[in-house]
Amino acid sequence: MSVTIALLGPVGDALREFGDAIEFIFKARPSEGGGIQVGGLGEIWDFTRVHLLVSIVAMAVACAIAVPIGLYLGHRGRGEFLAITVSNVGRAVPALVLLFVFLAYVGNGPRVLTLVLVLLAIPPILTNTYVGVRQVSREIVDAAQGMGMTGAQVIRRVRLPLAMPTIFAGIRTSAVSVLATATIGTPVNVQTLGEPIFVPQQYGPSGVLGAALVIALITLAADAGIGMAQQAVTPKGIKLAEQGGSRRGRLALPTRRREASA
Amino acid sequence: MTFELIAQEDGFFRDRSGEGANCVRDEGFCPDWIADNYDRYVTPFFEHVYLTVTSVAIGFVIAFALALLAHRRQWMVGPVTGLTGTLYTIPSVAFFVLLQPITGLGYTTAIVALVCYTLLIIFRNVVTGLAAVPPDAKDAARGMGLTDRQMLWKVELPLALPEILAGLRIAATTTVGLAALAFLAGAGGLGEQLDRDPEFKSNVAVAGGLAVGLAAAIDLVILTVQRVATRWQRAAA
Repeated sequence: MSVTIALLGPVGDALREFGDAIEFIFKARPSEGGGIQVGGLGEIWDFTRVHLLVSIVAMAVACAIAVPIGLYLGHRGRGEFLAITVSNVGRAVPALVLLFVFLAYVGNGPRVLTLVLVLLAIPPILTNTYVGVRQVSREIVDAAQGMGMTGAQVIRRVRLPLAMPTIFAGIRTSAVSVLATATIGTPVNVQTLGEPIFVPQQYGPSGVLGAALVIALITLAADAGIGMAQQAVTPKGIKLAEQGGSRRGRLALPTRRREASA
Repeated sequence: MTFELIAQEDGFFRDRSGEGANCVRDEGFCPDWIADNYDRYVTPFFEHVYLTVTSVAIGFVIAFALALLAHRRQWMVGPVTGLTGTLYTIPSVAFFVLLQPITGLGYTTAIVALVCYTLLIIFRNVVTGLAAVPPDAKDAARGMGLTDRQMLWKVELPLALPEILAGLRIAATTTVGLAALAFLAGAGGLGEQLDRDPEFKSNVAVAGGLAVGLAAAIDLVILTVQRVATRWQRAAA
């Protein structure tokens, strides 16, 4: 086996480094400077827990702020300027810069990190909620009003369900960037999965690589998970319309039967 | 005169003597310090520009070619979007690190990762732009006897240009932000400057301000190109 790897040359070297990194994830070892043990599932799990905790709290807060505002603005057809500007400014300010500005001017710790993540997560959710609500066609809203629905009912029972796929697309974008940015916890004194990458003198090359592998896997898994949730919240009417399998599908209305039984 | 220098971990020197020394000692926002030290930001700034421009240019060539191929072969759109979407999802910190066993430390690693992030954005916008060309325009072109190739370059691409350039703008501003982490791949940039002294307000203000300014400037340049290149649009209106 080792002979085969030696013959592979540079490819073998890369493989060996990745193998070493995987070993770091599962088995603790002495740190580069000596003295303490680093790596192993226990420490990786500690980093992962902090990483997920700040990310989930940030996403929950961001959703609680951005979805209602987006729904309201979209329903009233106001604040297009606000919704678009927020997303443009959000994109122009790099996550690292935002984090370091908060570190220098506000302070450090998990609260500051969470606050920065919330600020990063709001723009995509707000813009997507706004756009999702706006793109519900005028005819559908007229029909709902014609059936005697109040403004709140139109939002809750017509606009929100039809906007769900778009809102979830925004949540997905935000979640990926939140998980990615939570990696930069070390400068603000929060030990997330980025710790081994930012302190290589202690964790060594395999620690750096091992942490990167875990980060990549967690983000891809979260992306896939939210993608599935997005499918699950998409009203049946929209799915039928996309398949073109239903006559009423063109209007993309949620089916009456399900609402009646609810 | 005592000349007091304090060495930071990475050799980031701060002159703590002379006027405004108190401000620097307190990690404050010091215009005097900035005026005396702006030259240390010149090299990182140009590294940042180099990383961004090179990566967006390479990414544009690859994504544009893929989009042209996929335009005539619709089955390609799904797989290409899936693959570039996966690359786009991998966090940049992890990506810069994961490439190192293969490409080593330096510009190559940084640029490979940054190129990967531009692919999804540019590919998607070119494909959407080409798909949104009105069938009437294509019929007219066909009626005038244009070949497939002529129709692509003379009708479809000009009409899709606003959408394509919109994609380029998003890709460019995103890349400026991601290049701030390129120092993890050993490629320098403004992020390295930020990371050297993240608690010193003056340092964060200058390095961060330059990064945001760079993003805004590149955005403005592409927007101007878009205005000039689509003058016919306003003439028609």
